[in-house]
Amino acid sequence: MSIERSEIEKLATLSRIAINEETISEVAQRLGSVLELVDQLQAVNTDGVEAMSHPMQATQRLREDEVTELNRREALQAIAPETEDGLFLVPKVIE
Amino acid sequence: MHNLTIAELVKGLQSKEFTSVELTQHFLDRIANLDPAYNAVITVTTEQALQAAAAADQRLADGNAPDLCGVPILHKDIFCTDGVRTSCGSKMLDNFIPPYNATVVENFEKAGAVVLGKTNMDEFAMGSSNETSFYGAVKNPWATDSVPGGSSGGSAAAVAARLAPGATATDTGGSIRQPAALCGISGIKPTYGRVSRWGMIAFASSLDQGGPMARTAEDCALLLNCMASYDDKDSTCIDREVPDYTANLNRSVKGLRIGVPKEYFSEGLHPGTEEAVRAALAKLQEQGAELVEISLPNSALSVPAYYVIAPAEASANLSRFDGARYGYRCENPKDLEDMYCRSRAEGFGEEVQRRILIGTYCLSAGYYDAYYGKSQQVRQLIQQDFVSAFENVDLIMGPTCPSPAFKFGAKGDDPVAMYLEDIYTIATNLAGLPGMSIPCGMVEGKPVGLQIIGNYFDEAGILNAAHQYQQASDWHTQAPEGIA
Amino acid sequence: MSWDTVIGLEIHVQLATKTKIFSGASTAYGAEPNTQACAIDLAMPGTLPVLNKQAVNYAIMFGLAIDAEIGQVSAFERKNYFYPDLPKGYQTTQLEKPIVGRGNVEIQLADGSTKNVRIHHAHLEEDAGKSLHEGNFNSSFSGIDLNRAGTPLIEIVSEPDMTSAEEAIAFAKKIHSIVTSIGICDGEMSQGSMRFDVNVSVKPSGSDTLGTRTETKNLNSFKFMEEAIKREVARQIDVIEDGGTIAQETRLYNGETKVARSMRSKEEANDYRYFPCPDLLPVVVSDEQIEELRRNMPELPDARQARFVEQYGLSEYDAGILSSDAAMANYFEAVSSACKNAKLATNWTMGELSARLNNEDLSIANSPVSAEQLAGLIVRIADNSISGKMAKEVFEAIWAGEGSADQIIEARGLKQVSDSGALEQMVVDVLAANQAMVDDYINTDEAKRKKKLGGFMGQIMKASKGQANPQQVNQILAQKLNELL
Repeated sequence: MSIERSEIEKLATLSRIAINEETISEVAQRLGSVLELVDQLQAVNTDGVEAMSHPMQATQRLREDEVTELNRREALQAIAPETEDGLFLVPKVIE
Repeated sequence: MHNLTIAELVKGLQSKEFTSVELTQHFLDRIANLDPAYNAVITVTTEQALQAAAAADQRLADGNAPDLCGVPILHKDIFCTDGVRTSCGSKMLDNFIPPYNATVVENFEKAGAVVLGKTNMDEFAMGSSNETSFYGAVKNPWATDSVPGGSSGGSAAAVAARLAPGATATDTGGSIRQPAALCGISGIKPTYGRVSRWGMIAFASSLDQGGPMARTAEDCALLLNCMASYDDKDSTCIDREVPDYTANLNRSVKGLRIGVPKEYFSEGLHPGTEEAVRAALAKLQEQGAELVEISLPNSALSVPAYYVIAPAEASANLSRFDGARYGYRCENPKDLEDMYCRSRAEGFGEEVQRRILIGTYCLSAGYYDAYYGKSQQVRQLIQQDFVSAFENVDLIMGPTCPSPAFKFGAKGDDPVAMYLEDIYTIATNLAGLPGMSIPCGMVEGKPVGLQIIGNYFDEAGILNAAHQYQQASDWHTQAPEGIA
Repeated sequence: MSWDTVIGLEIHVQLATKTKIFSGASTAYGAEPNTQACAIDLAMPGTLPVLNKQAVNYAIMFGLAIDAEIGQVSAFERKNYFYPDLPKGYQTTQLEKPIVGRGNVEIQLADGSTKNVRIHHAHLEEDAGKSLHEGNFNSSFSGIDLNRAGTPLIEIVSEPDMTSAEEAIAFAKKIHSIVTSIGICDGEMSQGSMRFDVNVSVKPSGSDTLGTRTETKNLNSFKFMEEAIKREVARQIDVIEDGGTIAQETRLYNGETKVARSMRSKEEANDYRYFPCPDLLPVVVSDEQIEELRRNMPELPDARQARFVEQYGLSEYDAGILSSDAAMANYFEAVSSACKNAKLATNWTMGELSARLNNEDLSIANSPVSAEQLAGLIVRIADNSISGKMAKEVFEAIWAGEGSADQIIEARGLKQVSDSGALEQMVVDVLAANQAMVDDYINTDEAKRKKKLGGFMGQIMKASKGQANPQQVNQILAQKLNELL
C-alpha cells in the first residue's frame, strides 16, 4: 500500500514533526506497510458490535471541589527551557 | 547475595544476615562492573540508594520495618522519580527531572525498598527489542548479540544479570512479558486498573499497566503486593481491595483447568519454543491440572487493532512534548512552529515518530471509522473471546513469544516484522486481562517463556500456577554465563 | 433586494468552581502567573485528570434551568491541536455524548414580544491558558500563563434561530442572567467569565437555502457582539451584492479599534481528530442526583421577574430589568427589605446607581455604595429627613466613601427641617423681610401669581441653607400668602 507524499506532509503538519525531504519517501513506504497490516481489520464484520473505549466497566469518579494543589511554580518551572516573571516563554507565532 | 530471591533477601535482612547497605553496595558494584556489557541501566542513583539503605537498616534495627525494607530494586525509566532524571528512553526527556513521584515509586518508598537506579527501555515504551532507546540498545545477558525484548528490556536484562533482585516495568502490548520470556525471568502484567498510572509516563492510556519483574513468581507476588493500590489520582484505577498475592501460592493445581488456544500454536511459532511450552503444560498436567483446547477466534485481529489503537492514543499523549514547558527544545527556534516541528523531530526517534504519524492518520477525518472506530469494535470481539473462554477454564496458557531472542537488526527495516513479535501478548492488553510470563525452557542457549493469562483480577490464580510450576522445574533458577 | 440574517451563538461560560475541572488547583481570578497551574495543568508527563464534581453539578443545573435533556451517561473526547496555551496539545471536551442535550430559552425583545431560541446542547470542557504577546521579555517571544488552563467551562450551542443582532443580544443576556441567577457563573464579562462565538450568515429574504456562515470568535461584551454582528451582516451583504461569495472562515473583532479581520486560515487546516479520552471514564448521573439538584435550584430569572411584580408591585418592565442580572436582583432585594420601600429602591437601583456604575465601568458586585447604605439613604428620603436634592449629594458622599447616610447627614448638617413650627417661623421671617416681594405678589393677577412663588421659595431655601423641606414650605407659604390677600 502506498501513501501519497502530500498525505505524509499533512500528517507531519498535524503532528508538528518536521520531516526531511529526503526521508519522506522512506517514511511513506514504512507507513504504507503498517497500514497494510491494519487494513486486515476491514475483513471482519463488526456490524452491531459496540466500540470499546475502556476495558473495565467502571464509571468516572468525581472529585470534591476543594483546593488541594498549592503554588509550586518554582519547582515546576525549574526545568522549563525559558521563563520570565513566572511566564513560560515560547517563540511568537508568526501571523 | 545476588542469587538470593527477594523472599530470601527479606528474611536475610530481618535476621541480620546482612545489612541493606551491604546489599545495596553489592548491587551497585555489580551494576558498575557488569552493566557496561548490557547497557540495562540509564541512571544509577548511588548516593540516594546508600542513604535509603542506611535508613532501612535503622528501621530494621528498630523493628518497625515495612514489607520490603532494605530490598534494592530498579525502576523502569518510565516511572517519574522526584529529583531523579526520568528519560523514558528518549532524547526528548533526557533533561527531564520530575518534581513528583509516580504512585508506584511512592509505594516502594513506603515499603522501604532501596532504589538503585532507572532502567533502559524502548523510547516511550514503543518497541519489542529495546533497540530504539536514545541511550543505546540493551543486550540480552544470555546472548549479547541478541535483543532482550522490549520495551522493558533494561529491567529484564538487569534482573537476568542479577544487577538487582527485582525491577518495575510496564506492559502495553507485551512489554513486561516478552522481555521476561526472552531474558528467562518472571514478569506479570496485572489487570488494567490494578496498578496506578499516576506518574507512569503514558504511551497508550487504555492499555498501559505497570507490573513487576523478578526471577520467581513468589518474588513477583511480593513486588505486586507493593505496586498494586487504589489511587484516586488515576481515574482509570479500579477501587478494589489488594489481596496478599503470596497467600495462595502454595495451593495445589489439582483440578485447575488450563485453556490452550489453538490459535497460539499455529504457523510462525518456532518449533523449539513450541516444544518447551508443551513440555511445561505437560508438567502442569502431571501436577494435576487439566488441559482444555480452546479457541480465541479473533486472535489474528489483535495485532492490527493494537497498531491502530496504541499509536492513536500515543499520538495524543505525546503532543505535550513540544519544547514549551519542559524537556527538549531545539536550538534557536525561528518561531513557534519551528520550535514545535524541530523539537519533536530532533527529540523523538524514528519509531516514535512513525507511531505518531500512524496514530494521527488513523484518527484523521475520513479515516476514523475505518481504523479507530473499527479497532474499538474488534477490541470488543477480542474481549468477548476471552470472556467466553473463561466460562470454561481457569487460566489460559501458551507461548509468550513466537521465537527466542532474535539478533540485533534482524527485524530489519520492516516495522511490521517487529510488531508481530507481540502476536501472543497483545490481546491481553486489549481485553485488560492480567498476564504473566515465566521461564519454561531453552532453545539454543536462549530462554523460552510460558505465558499465563488469567481472568480479571485473578493475579493470585496466575501467580499460584506459576509458583507451582516453579516448584517442579528449575528453568527460573538458571543464570546466563558471565554474570557470576 | 432584502436580506434575512441567520445567527447562531456558541457561548463559553466559566463555571464558578473553586478548582479546575480536572485538577485541584485554584481558579481564583487575578493570581500571579502560573501560581495556580499544577503539574496536571502543565501537562507534565504521567499526570492524569480527575473530574470535578461541582463542575458536573453546575452543568446539570444549567440543563435543568433551560428544561433540557440531561445526558445521564456522558463522555469526554480529546480535541487535538497545537497551541502554547493548550499544554496537553489537546483539549478535553465532550462531543458525542454531552452532559446537556436539547433545551429552550425564551427571550424578551424590546417591543414586548417573546421568542424561543432552541439550544442544541451544552457540554463540559476545559479552558485554555493565556498568551501574552508583550511583557518583560524579548519581543520575539510570547509569555504563557497557564493559571486559566483547566478552568471548567460549559459551552452552550444554540440552533441558528436568531434573526437579528437584537435577538442575539437578548439571547446572550438571557443566558448571562440564567447562569448568574443559578450561581454557576460569576458573570464578570471583563474577566472573561463569558465569551461568545457568533455564527452569521445571510440569505435572500424568504429563501430556504442558508448562506455560508462565518464565525466571529471570542467576543466578551454584549456591545462588541452587537457591533460585530452588524458589521459582519453588512459586510456579507456587500460582498454578495458585489458579486462575490462568502468564504467560510473564522474572524476576530477588536472592539477597541472596531476592526474585524479574518483569522489565518489555519483553522480550516485543522483536523481535530476527536476520539474518546482514555484517561476518563463515562460520567454517570443518577435520577436521584438530578432530582436533588432540581430541588435545590436557585430561583430562575423568569420566576424572579414574576415574583418581583407580585411581591414588590413592580411593573413588568422594571421587574424585567431588575431580575435580569442576579447580582442586581439580589442587591435590589437587599435594599428593599432593609428600607421597606420597593418603589424608591427600584428608582435608585435602576436609576442613579446603575448610571454611576455604568459610567465608571463597575459591576454591581463592586459598587462603592452597598445595599445597606443605599437602603439607609432611602429611609431618610422617605421620612423626609432630607430633600430629594440633598439625597443626590448624600449619595455622592456615600459613593466617595464618607460613610453611611446618617453619618453624612450628621456630619454635614444636612438634616432637612421639617418641623412645621420652625418652618412656619422661617416663612414668616422671610415674608417680613421681603415686603416689596409680598406687595408685588398681592398686586399680581391671580393667574400669574404662581410664578412668583419661586422667588419666595428661593429666599426661604437660602435662609435655611437648603434644609427646609420644600413640600412643607410650599404649603405653609401658600397658606401664609393667602392670609395676606
